[in-house]
Amino acid sequence: MIASVILPLIAGLLCFLFNRRTFIIALAATLANFLIASFLLYQFLIFGPMRCYIGGWQPPLGITLRTDGPALLMLLITAVTGFAVTLYARGYFSHRISDPVRVGRHQRQQRYFWPLWMLLLAGLNGLFLSGDIFNLYVTLEIIGISAASLAALSGKPASQRASFRYLLISLLGSLTYLLGVVFLYRSCGVLDLDLLRNFAVNGSGMHAALTLLTIGLLLKTALVPLHFWLPPAHANALAPVSVILSALVVKGSFYLLFRFWFETFASIVTTQALNFLGTLGAIAILWGAIQAIRQQRLKLMVAYSTVSQLGYLFIAFPLSKAAEGAQVWAIVIFMALTHACAKSAMFMAAGNIYLHLGHDRIKDLSGVRASLPITVFAYGIAGVSLMGLPPSGAFIAKWMLLSSSFASSQWWWPLVIVTGSLLAMVYVFRVMSRFFVILETDTLKNPVPLSPLLEWPALILALISLFLGLLAPWPLHILSRGSMTLAQTFPGGLP
Amino acid sequence: MLFLFLVFCLTVALGTILCSSSGSISGLASAVARLQEQSGVESPVTAVLLNFRGYDTLLEVMVLLLAVISVWSLTKAPVSRQKAEISPVQMGVVRLLAPVMCLVAAYLVWQGSHLAGGAFQGGAILGAAGVLLLVSELDWIRTVPAFAIRIGLILGPVVFTGTALGCLFYSGELLAYPEGMAGWLILLIETACALSIGLTLALLFGGGRPEDDVPEGDIP
Amino acid sequence: MITTLLYSLTGLILFAMGLFTLIIHSHPLRKILAVNVMATGIFLILVATAYIPLGQGEVDPVPHAMVLTGIVVSVSVTALALIMACRVQETSNLAILKGKKKVKNTQETET
Repeated sequence: MIASVILPLIAGLLCFLFNRRTFIIALAATLANFLIASFLLYQFLIFGPMRCYIGGWQPPLGITLRTDGPALLMLLITAVTGFAVTLYARGYFSHRISDPVRVGRHQRQQRYFWPLWMLLLAGLNGLFLSGDIFNLYVTLEIIGISAASLAALSGKPASQRASFRYLLISLLGSLTYLLGVVFLYRSCGVLDLDLLRNFAVNGSGMHAALTLLTIGLLLKTALVPLHFWLPPAHANALAPVSVILSALVVKGSFYLLFRFWFETFASIVTTQALNFLGTLGAIAILWGAIQAIRQQRLKLMVAYSTVSQLGYLFIAFPLSKAAEGAQVWAIVIFMALTHACAKSAMFMAAGNIYLHLGHDRIKDLSGVRASLPITVFAYGIAGVSLMGLPPSGAFIAKWMLLSSSFASSQWWWPLVIVTGSLLAMVYVFRVMSRFFVILETDTLKNPVPLSPLLEWPALILALISLFLGLLAPWPLHILSRGSMTLAQTFPGGLP
Repeated sequence: MLFLFLVFCLTVALGTILCSSSGSISGLASAVARLQEQSGVESPVTAVLLNFRGYDTLLEVMVLLLAVISVWSLTKAPVSRQKAEISPVQMGVVRLLAPVMCLVAAYLVWQGSHLAGGAFQGGAILGAAGVLLLVSELDWIRTVPAFAIRIGLILGPVVFTGTALGCLFYSGELLAYPEGMAGWLILLIETACALSIGLTLALLFGGGRPEDDVPEGDIP
Repeated sequence: MITTLLYSLTGLILFAMGLFTLIIHSHPLRKILAVNVMATGIFLILVATAYIPLGQGEVDPVPHAMVLTGIVVSVSVTALALIMACRVQETSNLAILKGKKKVKNTQETET
């Protein structure tokens, strides 16, 4: 289990040390990461939830790593997306460097992309596996720093501004989270998540701590109205970096938020708070979608689409009382997995279009279908997944949202969900329709063919997000096995 | 002004909670005191930092490295065109102070096992020595190859990770120091980390990457 | 006991002051300093939490370790933020970070 974190760390160190053969190291590391995640999942199916006490020290003094259903699914999707991003980034940088314009900048970007990405991956794995609330703070910081500097990698003025703002916001979120941890320690005296569950009684200290933790994590997850940093940062970053930021980084802090609200502090959340978060999610869906429709540039549109899709994750909060058992987790996990794959595919497609055409103005995107068929296909399928058409995973998630809201007679949520899907259809098809237009005066600026490394990861990720719904029983089974009270301890430490 | 009012309300609310919750819980002090002898060091803070919660410290050392990588990715180290006139007083002071600072840093690292001290404190003093050297614009500083700098930077994390993995293979659990070796292993980790931390802090002051860090030509 | 309460409240006030400055003031250097003040406030509360009255045992070392970790993280991020602020000033020729409305109008995207 610890290898999930240590392996990318070592890979990051090696990528920093050597500045020539870094791609091989990164590729090996992401492949190994995927194998480890699959192996952990396999062990989970046999043995159930597991714990690993680092240093052999039991809580409350030591730090534990723990696996259960949701953690492993997030780990797996991070591994899959990470592997795809690695391949895509390789193709991206090769393409950029082969173009003789501004080679020095692209070499700098390539040299520092790999160590930063490997360390980000280590931080993400550490976040999903950790069972100690202060350790989570350190992993959040690792993720925040590496994400902000990846966002700044492109060197353009807009990206420097956007990533500076991102860094400050991320820091504000971490500090608020840390203040929450301080209040928690003052009230309970322990830092371990499982022990905290026993201490979670109603009291002003606990409520304050949970509020502070929530605000900190909401800043990092970019829920409306705290979302203003996300579109510039994601849109102005390099294409592989946009993929990483949108698909993985925001999911990490959201996953943490969800775990706090529904597992660790489940006994002290109030219905009003759940409804408040749900309302914010509804506003996010509508506001993000409307802003996406208004955009003139493709990458900004995809970034606002992220803001909108994150809102769906938050609508699951108020419906948790109505849904039974593992269904709440299922809604959120399906939505998160689908969004990770589909948004990656969409940003990869946008990156390909930019490389091919030299710009990403939506109104000038005509004729792309003829020259980049795989990319357009990937974009289309990703769009279908985002809209929530069957059989994508988003459809399963929205179906469960709709059924639980009808079961609890909260009729306003389905209204928002359906409107959101319709608006998503508008902004997806707005771009798709441009692809299929072929004007007579079309001349392509840069007819260099894109390498398959650039196009196929996009298509494969899009297909994964589409067919996630067909695989639906399997993740549901994994999630329903994940009950930490039946945890079997593994002091021997899993590899 | 509305925001000022909001912040004021927030402070008052949190302040009352602070007042009501003070002095109620004992925390983990008793747990640490109980297991202190097994940790191999006499200072409770070092025991917590490098033994009980060593995984946090491992990640934290990575954060420092991450900061250097990020700074290097953003900009090149500024090199002044003209050679500044360094007064002989400054040079004399640097020649006297820098070795003394290194000695104090080594002592702090050694002292960390039984009093306040340790890798970060020693590393901070070393970093200050490095800043002093950078400010004095000594000639040999710019000629250090980037590869050597990188080796120095990752020395601490590598030793820490290597020891942790060694413990994994030896005792079956990450960072589970073998019996009797805990004190020495912690000292080893602290020394390597102090060197790396000092170099990191000095390089963060340097403000950018060295010239020969990004290779020319196509990178495979 | 009153001493620890004073320390904690001071830490909280520092946090609030830093928060206010971070949001309201627009100069990048002010924001970075504000973040540092916020972090210092939190560390002060943590140190006050570690205090155990005389005669009841050793001082609680876990908050001390948390403060050490926090200081290291704070130093790293401050250094990075300063370099980023320098980069913003170099590339945009702005000494003050404009508000979000201005930035949205002049946005370019680059992949």
